[in-house]
Amino acid sequence: MKILVAVKRVIDYNVKIRVKADHSDVDLTNVKMAMNPFCEIAVEEAVRLKERGVATEVVAVTIGPKAAQEQLRTALALGADRAVHVETEERVESLAAAKLLAKVVEAEQPGLVILGKQAIDTDNNQTGQMLAALAGLPQGTFASEVQVDGDKVQVTREIDGGLQTVELTLPAIVTTDLRLNEPRYAKLPDIMKAKKKPLEVKSPADLGVEVASRLTLLKVESPAERKGGIKVGSVDELVDKLKNEAKVL
Amino acid sequence: MSVLVLAEHHDGVLVGATAHVVAAAKAIGGDIDVLVAGENVGAVAEAAAKLDGVSKVRVADNGVYAHQLAEPLGALLVELAGDYSHVLAAASTTGKNVLPRVAALKDVSQISEIVEVVDADTFKRPIYAGNAIATVKSADSLKVITVRSTGFDAVGESGNAAIESVDTIVENSQSTFLKQELAQSDRPELAAAKVVISGGRGMGSGENFTLLEGIADKLGAAIGASRAAVDAGFVPNDMQVGQTGKIVAPELYIAVGISGAIQHLAGMKDAKVIVAINKDEEAPIFQVADYGLVGDLFELLPELESKL
Repeated sequence: MKILVAVKRVIDYNVKIRVKADHSDVDLTNVKMAMNPFCEIAVEEAVRLKERGVATEVVAVTIGPKAAQEQLRTALALGADRAVHVETEERVESLAAAKLLAKVVEAEQPGLVILGKQAIDTDNNQTGQMLAALAGLPQGTFASEVQVDGDKVQVTREIDGGLQTVELTLPAIVTTDLRLNEPRYAKLPDIMKAKKKPLEVKSPADLGVEVASRLTLLKVESPAERKGGIKVGSVDELVDKLKNEAKVL
Repeated sequence: MSVLVLAEHHDGVLVGATAHVVAAAKAIGGDIDVLVAGENVGAVAEAAAKLDGVSKVRVADNGVYAHQLAEPLGALLVELAGDYSHVLAAASTTGKNVLPRVAALKDVSQISEIVEVVDADTFKRPIYAGNAIATVKSADSLKVITVRSTGFDAVGESGNAAIESVDTIVENSQSTFLKQELAQSDRPELAAAKVVISGGRGMGSGENFTLLEGIADKLGAAIGASRAAVDAGFVPNDMQVGQTGKIVAPELYIAVGISGAIQHLAGMKDAKVIVAINKDEEAPIFQVADYGLVGDLFELLPELESKL
């Protein structure tokens, strides 16, 4: 079985973001970028399925600017066999990303597609579900366990208050949650080898998809700043403040 | 203008988040219908009919909608969406699971986790885990939206809407419900708790998290953790509060032995009141805490428990 795994280049999760002075967007100039953490989990799961003999090939795909090839090379270093880069400098909304991925799914015919549940930049949590709908496939979102069994997959999902297990016919779409696995780090020899693995570049036009935005970003603001409060000297003073000043006890 | 709100329910009970989503629908304006889809959901429909501002409750009561699996529920919503200008659901794991399918099949963008309605086309939503607030305007004829409950006060329950049944039954051969295990804890759920007490690397070990339990019991609090505590193997990942974990906005958040890394702050800075207990008085957590207490948590926690 072939697995397609989608990855996104985003701001590194340890970086404190800045809003541009003109409030047009978040400032990404000279900011450290990395693979979205949920996508790292997706790559890890795909590679583990290959190591267990469930998958025969892992194909990594990304949509984004030229620099996003760094994240594809990371996926290749972690164990993906080859990569597809849908190159565009435009801001790609989840719907357009799902349309592009649906075209890649159509061409690659994977048995399983694994994506992160959301990207930590836009926080949309949409692309996997949209891809499932457009490709006419079932979905197992927010997965904490994935068990492939013949022509079906059992997905345990992190839902509010607990876990739900569903069984899906293959091919299917899975999106990852935090507990699915702990991603490995790429080893230096693998990083070197990854440079020689095949990487195919396509444009949205090649795939026949229009990526123009449907949503207009009118303004980006910093949230109301929290003012630092006071230091209290004792537990008694803390309890008193919480009861009588903050009135939360 | 007319708004369809997907009711959130489990075990035959309407979930509180629905009243917050109806409040968002009222802010948009127009008639508000609520869709209750599931199996044996008569009581849920009656509860939904009481929500203020609702004109009509539409009930799709059929085994195919049991457990609200994304594939059949999405197909049902696509069938019904043509009657509406907006389709809303809570930004819960159910709403997040199903609504993007609806948006994709109607070829419209989805607007996720709105916290404010500016007008019927324009909404505010947090991005970068709440470190920025985006104002977005939709050009689509149908708006598909998930609503962050903490952004809207719940509507009252003095309404008396009509209830009508929806006969649409969709096919689903792609997904099957196998089982569900809901956490059997006396403590509230992390994301919905009014009080949260979290431990960080300063807790020193997983066993030491028991120091938080007595306080959590007294305050009716949920227990969380920083990513550092999870990475150190003290506690499981589902307790993580932060950018890559749970986003919480309780009335009171108590951070114990947590330095205050950016990615943790992103998950809890919308709490109404923040208390930080840390031995390092330079810890960044004190810059966002309303009340800071510098000292040894192993002495301070037992004292705090005894004085609550």
